[in-house]
Amino acid sequence: MRTFAQKSLNVSSTTPFKLLAMKSKIIIQDWGLINYADGLERQKKCVQNVIEGAQDHLILCEHPPVLTLGRMTNPDSLLYQRKEIEDRGVMVTNVDRGGDVTLHAPGQLVVYPIFNLNKRGRDLKVYMEMLEEVAVDLLKNFGILAISISGKRGVFVGKDKIISIGVGVRKWVTYHGLGINVNTDLSLFNLIKPCGLDVRMTSMQKLKGHPVPMQDVKSKVIELFQK
Amino acid sequence: MTKIILPELGEGITKATIACWHAKVGDSLQEGQEVCEAVTDKASFIIEAPAPGKLRSISVAEGQEGLVGGVLGTIE
Repeated sequence: MRTFAQKSLNVSSTTPFKLLAMKSKIIIQDWGLINYADGLERQKKCVQNVIEGAQDHLILCEHPPVLTLGRMTNPDSLLYQRKEIEDRGVMVTNVDRGGDVTLHAPGQLVVYPIFNLNKRGRDLKVYMEMLEEVAVDLLKNFGILAISISGKRGVFVGKDKIISIGVGVRKWVTYHGLGINVNTDLSLFNLIKPCGLDVRMTSMQKLKGHPVPMQDVKSKVIELFQK
Repeated sequence: MTKIILPELGEGITKATIACWHAKVGDSLQEGQEVCEAVTDKASFIIEAPAPGKLRSISVAEGQEGLVGGVLGTIE
């Protein structure tokens, strides 16, 4: 696990979020490949620590193939029987959140910003716009022109979704975050309707025509969150 | 009786859908316990019990929209 911190700055709730994101202290952790359930437990502990005053965290990881089913999952979002999906090596797990079905798999860089919005101005809209901006800037650095679409979660290249965004907030501390399809096996998305939508998924690998080094993407994500 | 209110979530956000309730009417709640989850078009927000007591009523059911500042339920 890699951990380091940036210099700290006294902040006020009226300072624009982006400025604070640039100057505030962030602990960065790379958890590597981690089982979804174990990652969720660790994430919850980080959230509790941040609620109790710890520095903000930026967590990077990948998960083995897993479908997470939110409490609003439409049964039609799974295109195969649960057992059939599990027989293909994809775990299916119910999670205690709203929302529909989400897929994680190796090759997808998962980014969990655990940020205390009490110190950054309590505004979900500003926070989400910051995440979308980071996502679009990340892809631009790899020569991919992406956009965010008003009213839709995620970041798109044309009509195809490349980065999923799902955010939870507890006591104004954020969790969950970005699922960046770097070298994800896109055939796995054929098992579901991602987020319950009829949307096609794409990846950086597909758009570039070759695998993209995961470490390069991680480094750029860290840089953008600290910029 | 204490009202469970949908808080201010951000500029321009006037409503949210209640994705799920974590408690049923009649359940005992501790202050700070998660009671429901509000979802905007972009994010989910956990709403906690503002006071200890029993969940007396649910005004905005799962799948329905609540207004910012509006009452989602009551605790007694």
